[in-house]
Amino acid sequence: MDESFIQTMLLTFKLAGVTTVILLCIGIPLGYFLSQTKSKFKPIAETIVSMPLVLPPSVLGFYLLLAFSPKNGFGAWLDETFSLRLVFSFEGLVVASVIFSLPFMVHPIQSGFSALSKSLSEASYILGKGKLQTLYSVLLPNMKPSILTGIVITFAHTVGEFGVVLMIGGNKAGETKVASIAIYDEVEALNYGLANQYAFTLFAISFAILLFVYMINKSMVKSEFR
Amino acid sequence: MIQINITKPLHTADGTIDLIVNKEIQNGDFLTLFGKSGSGKTTLLRIIAGLETPQSGKIIVDDEVWFDSEKKVNLPPQKRGVGFVFQDYALFPNMSVRQNLEYALKDKKDTKKVDEILEIMEIENLSKMKPEHLSGGQKQRVAVARSLMSSPKMLLLDEPLSALDSAMRLKLQDELHSIHQRFNITSILVSHDISEVFRLSNRVFKIALGQITDDGSPSEVFSNQNISGKFKVVGEVLSIQKSDILYIVEILAHNEIIKVTAVKSDIEALNIGDKILLSSKAFNPILTKI
Repeated sequence: MDESFIQTMLLTFKLAGVTTVILLCIGIPLGYFLSQTKSKFKPIAETIVSMPLVLPPSVLGFYLLLAFSPKNGFGAWLDETFSLRLVFSFEGLVVASVIFSLPFMVHPIQSGFSALSKSLSEASYILGKGKLQTLYSVLLPNMKPSILTGIVITFAHTVGEFGVVLMIGGNKAGETKVASIAIYDEVEALNYGLANQYAFTLFAISFAILLFVYMINKSMVKSEFR
Repeated sequence: MIQINITKPLHTADGTIDLIVNKEIQNGDFLTLFGKSGSGKTTLLRIIAGLETPQSGKIIVDDEVWFDSEKKVNLPPQKRGVGFVFQDYALFPNMSVRQNLEYALKDKKDTKKVDEILEIMEIENLSKMKPEHLSGGQKQRVAVARSLMSSPKMLLLDEPLSALDSAMRLKLQDELHSIHQRFNITSILVSHDISEVFRLSNRVFKIALGQITDDGSPSEVFSNQNISGKFKVVGEVLSIQKSDILYIVEILAHNEIIKVTAVKSDIEALNIGDKILLSSKAFNPILTKI
């Protein structure tokens, strides 16, 4: 196996891993909020979270490209304040992936919270425990399958992302060139052997990940309700 | 003493009604909130626990203000120090029975308290089990045990026995009764089962469409509904009271209370909760226009 293949695959997993960790930190509070709130703005918040499901990735990529560009206000501010350039950089890819994979983390967690009986948190409050302790000791431990689903689907989805990455990351080896881009690249160069190597690896990994989710969820559901 | 004077609009299947309660409850009482579903009885219980907020009014418990809409006081459930047994028990599935009880401890080191309550509720043998492996009756006991962990001054029970079969119900009714005696804890039970009311409580609020229509002892609230009489009815013995040389047996039949006099030989084989056949050979039907 040549070096650039390994480098590209490692970068792909690094991007997916970092994105998943960040999204887990965002997804739990956001999913909790969406499952609890009765605010009239809830539909709007839900719509924004779900937009990446229906938007063509190129639309999102295009706007992120404009926003991150150092020639525009926000990009210039980032550049001046943090000397951070999000266009064609790994950091930019992470930000774009976080936005693009948001629903894949938030939806399972939100429905996990909603599926828990309201009396569980109420019982905890009556026993004198605050919201935070209730969240960590009672709610989260009883929705492990939902959290696991969110983690794995987010990871897999980020590995498979193409459009946004192409728009915002470009194709810099070791910096922004991930596996899905590499396939496109190799096909363009009529290098079918290497393209197949990438494609087959992604296929096998995606299959294994999804199989894992379904098997784990089946056994967790069984052990909890038997 | 608990002073409640609150109003809250309820959205029910029959449209919006107002829950209006203005009552005092004595310490040590076993009060039942009796009424049809949608009448507001569970809401009243949840308001006392702090799980729901009234629109206006006051709740004062032993001179401590729990809720006052004018002064914007609303003590959160964490600070009210009540025990609450939910209809679905609300045991934490990720914790064993023992861990469920420990979670309720104020002082984590007070493991003696856990042992004590496990023993009182006779659930020591279940302590390592997860709630999913417990039967309905066992879950109910664990739920009551957990609610007693913080030595609450008030125990609120939201139809805790409604999911159990009748034999288990009777057994657990006795246990609730003895817990009430033992801890002398003010208890408020939501129920729509008349026999439960008789067996447990010394006071009943009958609630209909958000209003308390009757308030008194179970016999006062239920027994004056109708004049008894009529051939054969199957019923359940609610109470047996000695009255001079006779005994008065209260029987629940078709959700109505019938009082029957009996002599000693009649009641010897009778226990509270027994199913009986009540029959009459000769009687004077009384007609009353309704």
